[in-house]
Amino acid sequence: MRLLKNGEFASDDWTVLSEDDVLPLNGDVIVCFDRLMRDYAQLKAHDGRIAVSFPNDCAVEDLDDYLDILDKVVLTFPVFTDGRAYSQARQLRQQFAFEGEIQASGNVLPDQLAFMRQCGFDVFLVNGRFDAEQWQKAATSMTLTYQNGYLPERGFAPADVWKRREVKSNDQLRSDFEEVWTA
Amino acid sequence: MYRYDEFDHRFVRERTTQFRDQVTRRLSGELTEDEFKPLRLMNGVYLQLHAYMLRVAVPYGTLSAPQMRQLAMIAERYDRGYGHFTTRQNIQYNWPALKDLPDVLDHLAEVEMHAIQTSGNCIRNVTTDQWAGVAADEIADPRPICELLRQWSSLHPEFSFLPRKFKIAVTGAPQDRAAVAVHDIGLHMHRNADGEAGWEVLAGGGQGRTPMIAVTVRDWLPERELLPYLEAVMRVYNLHGRRDNKYKARIKILIHELGAEEFRRQVEEEFARAGTPEVEVEQRELARIAAYFAPPAYEDLQDVSTEFELAKNGNRDFANWAKINVAEHKAPGYAIVNISLKPVDGIPGDATTEEMNLVADLSERYSANEIRITHRQNLVLPYVRKRDLFAVWSALNDAGLAIANLGHLGDIIACPGMDYCALATARSIPIAQDISRKFADLKRQYDVGPLTINISGCINACGHHHVAHIGILGVDKKGKEFYQITLGGASDENASIGKILGPGFSGEEVPDAIEKIIETYIAIRGESETFLQTYRRVGADPFKEALYATA
Repeated sequence: MRLLKNGEFASDDWTVLSEDDVLPLNGDVIVCFDRLMRDYAQLKAHDGRIAVSFPNDCAVEDLDDYLDILDKVVLTFPVFTDGRAYSQARQLRQQFAFEGEIQASGNVLPDQLAFMRQCGFDVFLVNGRFDAEQWQKAATSMTLTYQNGYLPERGFAPADVWKRREVKSNDQLRSDFEEVWTA
Repeated sequence: MYRYDEFDHRFVRERTTQFRDQVTRRLSGELTEDEFKPLRLMNGVYLQLHAYMLRVAVPYGTLSAPQMRQLAMIAERYDRGYGHFTTRQNIQYNWPALKDLPDVLDHLAEVEMHAIQTSGNCIRNVTTDQWAGVAADEIADPRPICELLRQWSSLHPEFSFLPRKFKIAVTGAPQDRAAVAVHDIGLHMHRNADGEAGWEVLAGGGQGRTPMIAVTVRDWLPERELLPYLEAVMRVYNLHGRRDNKYKARIKILIHELGAEEFRRQVEEEFARAGTPEVEVEQRELARIAAYFAPPAYEDLQDVSTEFELAKNGNRDFANWAKINVAEHKAPGYAIVNISLKPVDGIPGDATTEEMNLVADLSERYSANEIRITHRQNLVLPYVRKRDLFAVWSALNDAGLAIANLGHLGDIIACPGMDYCALATARSIPIAQDISRKFADLKRQYDVGPLTINISGCINACGHHHVAHIGILGVDKKGKEFYQITLGGASDENASIGKILGPGFSGEEVPDAIEKIIETYIAIRGESETFLQTYRRVGADPFKEALYATA
């Protein structure tokens, strides 16, 4: 498995701790939600970044009290047709103003990459079946989106149709478009 | 009518290109069938009994003449010379080849059409009143909000992998012709105490194996809050709808299990937590869209047309058709023409290439280039001057399309059934044909009065049998087709689910059973009492007795 970030494969330096693994002295760790609640104080003092692996049938609002120590939330797609984590990511960004990384794990495929990005995911744990070029192609295959306010702040962002329509003349739109299209 | 701008064009083109690539990857084996299936479904491609089926979206049931001609061309070139208009105001092609589908989608894109999200567990094509913009009783044309919803729901990043499919219907008139109470979300326009038009939001209606009438989530919502509110409803469903059993995955089951009160609480909580929505962009977009739906330049006409009155006096068939198939228009001197696609012995909703071209020609000449598809599988010319009605009727009559049975016994809804559909457990089309033959006499139909007969070939209820005055459901019983009859359903503003009358019948027995039901009604009806009114007054007993007493 590899991490996909900003359109490139990155090394995965995170250590996944089970419920009872001893917390190392330092380094980046991923813990489950139960352990986050149990060891919150200890994790808060940890020398290294903290991430939580959060199931898709739990309520994001339960994470609210712990978000201050979290650098990353790992959300999961048990199968790609189970779309609950899209809403969880959206809630984290929109309602809880979470600014750390949101990582997609599980059955993550190129054809859903664009949707995930728009909902707020920015890191993707993927298997080696597809190369970087295939991921990039999938991420940029649709350059337009109608939904207001579903654009990721970083990385590739498709054009928000409604916003562009309201501020520009048709000629401007057209040239703008070519820019987006050829970018 | 709405016209695509550069963005809409580009959006659909990109999507078609993307699908072409997905088809290529499927054919090369790079995509497994499991991975390809939801992708093709989101582009309207099903695998049926004999072939792939393509379902093309007709957004809110509105078509232009060039669009209808393109649908006719596709039927000719890629199918067998006909298409099937569905209960969701769409058109289906039953015989396209997978390799041709990207080309068909390109042809659709040429006329600003697509098949995006006509299938799959996503928000489907939004449907509405087929008389939107012209109905005499309407508060406002619902199509601008429908177009906004079409765009908003197109490849929605958050709501493309829902627990199950999701259908939204909208009506802008007090009389509900869009069946909003049997949709996942129904939007019904009302004025509040200050006279401001807004939306009642209903949710959890549906048919299928667990038919339910929707509950009201909000009595009245200002239009500016509609999209954020819908996002709240959708999010509660996406997070909490059941995913363990596909038969319990629709929003109606979630609402049923939570209870309407708790569902409302969760939606309101989600809506509140999302904060004050920034809706300025949406409001400006809605205003931009609304300009496209400005009515055509109406001529200043007297409401009574002498030509029309004279023509009626001179031709009884025309007079009947005008009485039955022509509806009141909001502009004086104009009329709404309803074209029944239900000839005796025909296949409900089917239209040939020639028929589609004729309707396109007529709309160009007499109806401001516009055509509507109805959820009862008929067509509408929405802007016909009364003085042109005879000419329109004559052209339709020459083509066998002046069938004067709208809203009557012959105007039967039927799904494709086991003649095409992989899900069906029984045939629907032959049953519709048998009934249409038995009740071919129009005079008899007029005597019976307003009546809906809807036929579904399986429990999924695409033929809307639950909401028919007389519903017919085909089931498989030990390898034999059997048909259950329900009575008392309705899909209007007083929607109800029909009740099963008793044991089922074989296909051959169905027309006689319908006959007995009709005879019973005629024997007991009060003065000018419709079938549905009679049933609601007396209940099922007299009908049961007529059907089963001697058995």
